Amino acid sequence: MTDIAIDDRLQFLLRLADSPLVLSHRLSEWAGHGPVLEEDIALANIALDLLGQARLLYQHAATVANRNGTGRNAHHLGAGHGHDKSDGDLTEDSLAYFRDNAQFRNFTMLELPNSGVSSASSGDGDYAFTIVRNTLYSAWSVLLWQALAASTDPQVAAIAAKSVKESRYHWRHASDWLVRLGDGTDESHQRCQRALDSLLPYSNEWFLADALDLAAASAGLGIDPSTLLAPWLAMVQSLVEQATLKWPGDSRFHSAGKRGQHGEHLSYLLTQMQSLARAHPGAVW
Amino acid sequence: MTAARRPVVKLKVSSVQAGASNKTGGKPRAAKAPPTQMATKVAANAAKNARTNTVTSVAVSAEWPLWEVFVRSKQGLDHRHCGSLHAVDAKQALNMARDVYTRRQEGVSIWVVPSNLIVASEPDAKEEFFEPMADKIYRHPSFYQLPEELKHM
Repeated sequence: MTDIAIDDRLQFLLRLADSPLVLSHRLSEWAGHGPVLEEDIALANIALDLLGQARLLYQHAATVANRNGTGRNAHHLGAGHGHDKSDGDLTEDSLAYFRDNAQFRNFTMLELPNSGVSSASSGDGDYAFTIVRNTLYSAWSVLLWQALAASTDPQVAAIAAKSVKESRYHWRHASDWLVRLGDGTDESHQRCQRALDSLLPYSNEWFLADALDLAAASAGLGIDPSTLLAPWLAMVQSLVEQATLKWPGDSRFHSAGKRGQHGEHLSYLLTQMQSLARAHPGAVW
Repeated sequence: MTAARRPVVKLKVSSVQAGASNKTGGKPRAAKAPPTQMATKVAANAAKNARTNTVTSVAVSAEWPLWEVFVRSKQGLDHRHCGSLHAVDAKQALNMARDVYTRRQEGVSIWVVPSNLIVASEPDAKEEFFEPMADKIYRHPSFYQLPEELKHM
């Protein structure tokens, strides 16, 4: 077991935190627009679970950075400018609201608009797209949190132990709907198939280990994400079959959201999500 | 509602019967009924339930059937009625009850019951049903000393 540089430790935590934050925002866009009242509430619940996961991880990242004096020099995190704290310490808010597009480490799939991969970000939501994305991501999250419950960072282990229960319910919710919609009408079947075909290539980056992943893994902090692929496929493929959908062929497409390379969708999302905090730094209820 | 959500919203259980046997009969997709009779998996389940007489009104209802939700707030207490919701089948009703009625730690256990299975007393029968009890106060346990350990009486 090797040690890990403080910057790498922070990047590792931001990768963990940014994905749930960004998906949480996308799901919150359904509030008031869900297909039925009960689903509206269900998606809001899931969004709040994800927001809670992100908050715990940001708080931990901020604590780690500030304790090591990294917070004051956090230019590389991009969280320094524009925020209200004169001492330069990082907070969960500065990490969520005062970093820009390229500093976000979320998976690209999660920033895609609810209307689908190729549509404009302002389009109406496609429920099949949301259900397929939640299915893929919740399966991955269950496996990730299960593994991270053994992290050498006790905070990460505790957050993982809490989050895995939430993610199991997210999987239950999404997988239930995937079967209903996939094995439903011709239209709901086609929409699910289209969503699966377009989303699946974006899952490639989830399992592609880079230097940071491997450094975190060898420090016992994180895991080698490629080890999640087989159990994830087992979960997701059998569900897809149950939903009478076809598993798409392999794709060589690799998004790189976790390395900070994002499409335009994240910019629009952040503009909306961060506007209030940036217009009124330090605003409280 | 936008077109995007039509498959979810427009599941009309009443239009399902014909398609339901299609789905449960395991025919290939191509052999399915025309759109007006198109069934979903969920509605098929509901219709199947209707055939086995557990959810009798599903087949004639134009909406997702109504379920009554009962939540036990902690071990040892009774399940209490807390509201109702629409869902296509029991599994979905449970999930939705969890999402709608236990968001603030209200429960440790949930029951859902098809509303149409509940047999209610007639408001008109109030006099013969309830008023005879009014003068029988000796039936209240208020004439006894309750042991300290007895809670929730």
